[in-house]
Amino acid sequence: MPSSDTVLRVAGLSAWYGEAQVLRDAALEIGEGEIVTLIGRNGAGKTTLLRCVMGLQERSAGTVEFLGRDLTALPTHRRVRTGLGYVPDDRGIYAGLTVEENLLLPPRVGPDPWSLDRVYETFPRLKERRRSPGTKLSGGEQQMLAMARVLRMGARLLLCDEPTEGLSPLIVQQIGSILREVKDQGVTVLLIEQNVHFAQSVADRHYLLAEGRIVESLANDELRARERDLLEHLGI
Amino acid sequence: MLQQAFNGLVGGAFYALLALGLAVIFGMLGVVNFAHGAFYMLGAFGAYILLSSFGVNFWVALIAVPLVLGLLGVLLERLLIRRLVQLDPLYNFLLTFGISLILQDLVRRQYGVQSQPYPRPSELSGSLNLGLFTYPAYQVFVLVVAVLVCAGAWVVLTRTRVGMIVRAATERPELTRALGIDVARWVTPVFGFGIALAGLAGVLAAPMRAVNPLMGGDLIIIVFAVVVIGGLGSIFGSVTAAFGIGLITALGNLYLPTISQTLVFILMAAVLLWRPAGLFGREEALT
Repeated sequence: MPSSDTVLRVAGLSAWYGEAQVLRDAALEIGEGEIVTLIGRNGAGKTTLLRCVMGLQERSAGTVEFLGRDLTALPTHRRVRTGLGYVPDDRGIYAGLTVEENLLLPPRVGPDPWSLDRVYETFPRLKERRRSPGTKLSGGEQQMLAMARVLRMGARLLLCDEPTEGLSPLIVQQIGSILREVKDQGVTVLLIEQNVHFAQSVADRHYLLAEGRIVESLANDELRARERDLLEHLGI
Repeated sequence: MLQQAFNGLVGGAFYALLALGLAVIFGMLGVVNFAHGAFYMLGAFGAYILLSSFGVNFWVALIAVPLVLGLLGVLLERLLIRRLVQLDPLYNFLLTFGISLILQDLVRRQYGVQSQPYPRPSELSGSLNLGLFTYPAYQVFVLVVAVLVCAGAWVVLTRTRVGMIVRAATERPELTRALGIDVARWVTPVFGFGIALAGLAGVLAAPMRAVNPLMGGDLIIIVFAVVVIGGLGSIFGSVTAAFGIGLITALGNLYLPTISQTLVFILMAAVLLWRPAGLFGREEALT
């Protein structure tokens, strides 16, 4: 991969929960405008890896470089302000904030943030519900809200933790098309995904994570060719 | 009975001022401040000392004492409380309860345990005719101040960007950092604000309640029950529960005087059985 347009470079990443080591010397690189997935069993360390990039993991070691800048020493909020957009696995919608407040809470962190109008144009449902408490939305709508929020921030790198989990095929499709749309604008995406079909349909490359290690980097066609084998490995 | 209900609301006003501070502090810092009652007591003593030693009247104390205690809170947060965030919750209990005992004993050493007199401000010494009954003007004033403060806090929380950040950080501190907000920056002023409210409640209490070193400890137990019933970390829940519990204890005094103090805790147990996160709390806040 050409290193000139590397957006995210992670090296030597290890992390622990108490005595248990959940990441072991993980390394990966993502180029500008790429959509890359992390696939692996539950407990393989996927979520922890995202948390390490965000600076949320308390016990961790290794380096995180974003747009050529070493983030390792920065606290979470300062990392985010360099252009990270986080969509956590529970979607991270506030019950005590309205839909619109959920959108407006985070600062703008990139050169090209979406305006509220554009968000509402793309997600008309959020406009209809903008005065409702965030968690009164359906699961799918909450996921849209979580995606819309990082787009309004203008994040250059989206870190999405299983955005499609438990959602209907129609909404999964919609999330896919949003990801492709932002990719066209040069936004980079690191995506945790259990749904191998969905992963193939949106992503350029895939990292396979097992027992805290990145064991393989797969191109899309390799993933397809080895789908059966991988499904078995993932235990899905 | 109406009069008793009014007593209940006045009692609820004190709970509300204390519970509001406890709720925002717990939500944003994850710290249960066992010293909150001691700051309430210091508020009352602050007013008493200002009057008896310096001749400073109630109205000045009403502004000055909360300000000074708020600053003391800021200092305390900077020096000690912020170290708790990384530690086992047991340290939270040890530190804040320890502070509470130290403050109580410092005051007791100086003033003993008997109650100190504090006169009502002359402007509010009479009674007001409220139509159905007459009521001491001072108590009406306390209720009005508490309602105004809670309403003011409500407006700030719901209508301003700072309020939005405090609500977000109270509900999900880690998520809020992950959305690019410097939660730590808001923690100190929020702690100071909570302590200032406790001080304000103390000043308000001085003319109508016994001013003694133990006054905070007696009250704060009930306020903890209020916060638990309202839902830990829920600002709206705490204030609502405060006035509700005030009413219930007052009516309990009237109809079930033998168990009126216990009533709050029976109620708390019932609420916890029915909704473990409290009336307005959310389940995920428990994990």
